[in-house]
Amino acid sequence: MRIEKALEIFSQTHPGMVRSHNEDSVASEPTCGLVVLADGMGGYNAGEVASGIAVSVVSTEVSHGLKHADPTTRDEETGDEYGVLLLRDNIQRANAAIFYAAQSQPQYAGMGTTIVAGLFYDNRVAVAHVGDSRLYRLRGEALDVITRDHSLLQEQIDSGMISVDDARLSKNKNLVTRAVGIDAKVETEIHVHEVQVGDVYLFCSDGLDDMVEDNDIQSMLYAMQGNLPMAAEQLIQMANDNGGRDNVSVILVKVKGKFAVPTGWVAKLLNWFRK
Amino acid sequence: MAAKLILSMDGTVIKEYPLNKERMTIGRKEHNDIVIDNLAVSGEHAAVVTIMHDSFLEDLDSTNGIEVNGTPTKKHFLQNNDVIEIGKHKLKYVNDQITKTTSADFERTMVMRSPPGQSVAAKAGTMKTPVKPNQPAAAGGAEETGKFSAPTSAAPAKPAAQADAGKPAVVQILTGPNAGKELELVKNLTTLGKPGLQVAVLTRRPQGFFITHVEGASFPLVNGKELTNQAHQLNDHDVIELAGIKMEFYFKV
Repeated sequence: MRIEKALEIFSQTHPGMVRSHNEDSVASEPTCGLVVLADGMGGYNAGEVASGIAVSVVSTEVSHGLKHADPTTRDEETGDEYGVLLLRDNIQRANAAIFYAAQSQPQYAGMGTTIVAGLFYDNRVAVAHVGDSRLYRLRGEALDVITRDHSLLQEQIDSGMISVDDARLSKNKNLVTRAVGIDAKVETEIHVHEVQVGDVYLFCSDGLDDMVEDNDIQSMLYAMQGNLPMAAEQLIQMANDNGGRDNVSVILVKVKGKFAVPTGWVAKLLNWFRK
Repeated sequence: MAAKLILSMDGTVIKEYPLNKERMTIGRKEHNDIVIDNLAVSGEHAAVVTIMHDSFLEDLDSTNGIEVNGTPTKKHFLQNNDVIEIGKHKLKYVNDQITKTTSADFERTMVMRSPPGQSVAAKAGTMKTPVKPNQPAAAGGAEETGKFSAPTSAAPAKPAAQADAGKPAVVQILTGPNAGKELELVKNLTTLGKPGLQVAVLTRRPQGFFITHVEGASFPLVNGKELTNQAHQLNDHDVIELAGIKMEFYFKV
């Protein structure tokens, strides 16, 4: 099945109930199975600028890169798949663009952004993230967090200083330990996960998971998986009903069929003709 | 506006200690940051580690132990107005900076820079490792890059739905094999029907309860009227009809 047929994608973003403007940015490229979400930070409109640069650089450059090569091809030097390299290189490129814009324009000084991006190919998803924007996966009835926040709180949880339950009481929720665009280089975390038909992926900014408990996200997503636009609307509405103190963005991706890269020579030939 | 500990005995305040160091020790011996000269107190009795706005209390294997709000504890994540008891002495933890600084300051997302290969938590020191005394972990480590202005109080996130839509409600099935059964709407979201076939959900919001059609060929009826794609607010004693089954929504008194 071709990727745009195998995946149903829906994204929505909302400024929330408190903030005057939206510093989140989202993009999706259904023809190449790519989704990108970023949550910017910085004075005046710098947050929007940073997240906007990140999302547009990554979505256009990755989809451009996929026109010329197969994401499963392995790079001879690093042994990484081309899909993974595309994500890493282009988040680095976005980092440089934001960093230099911040250096050259005083009103953008110090701006940065989180990012979470998913590239679906060959029955898998390569997930890249920096900061505290998340990817959740609903498989069957189970909701799991696929990404691990780059935040002070997550480091405290990992080092055993604070329990997951206590973490909800922490006053350090808003401290990220990594962001795109604040230094000349950025370290992007990338993992590749198997995808099953029926999975629903939820990419979100912290405006969702700070305001809504995971088990409420689970029950909403499970009940509404048949209707992604409504699921997105209801998730955002829950965040806003609970106070909506931040911008809230969601991208939902539902896997409707398999999307393996053709392997046999016949399939390759057919694929070649299709191009 | 650092958090502080207020030392008192028998209701009399002795001294206030701002938590302006990453790690403050409490004990009988002179070298502690908070010295309590009493034989019930161990030489090194306890420590308080502060990372940004959060403080953690740890018992340093003291002879007589510590209690927080009347409960013996070894390790505790301190919350505003917690009372730590060491023998007859009490230390009250006060961290009311949320009300003193503006919520805008509090809510900004910030980036903490850490040297490559070293986590921020490791830099700040975990409870067990002795840390060189210097300024709090916060200082210099964080760089604010966020901006936002908001006239809200920064009270801890509280699900407003639970507070406001407090009236308990029930759906009672009127027809079909399960007629007579009651379904209490205790969750924020209750699903009616079966995912993949016919689904409507009842959501509890601050304004009340809403029914929404999610999927399925036919739309549910409320009081005989077919729903649209929009959420519909339910009133007391509304009759819902979903896939031929009638049910009544009402508030419990």
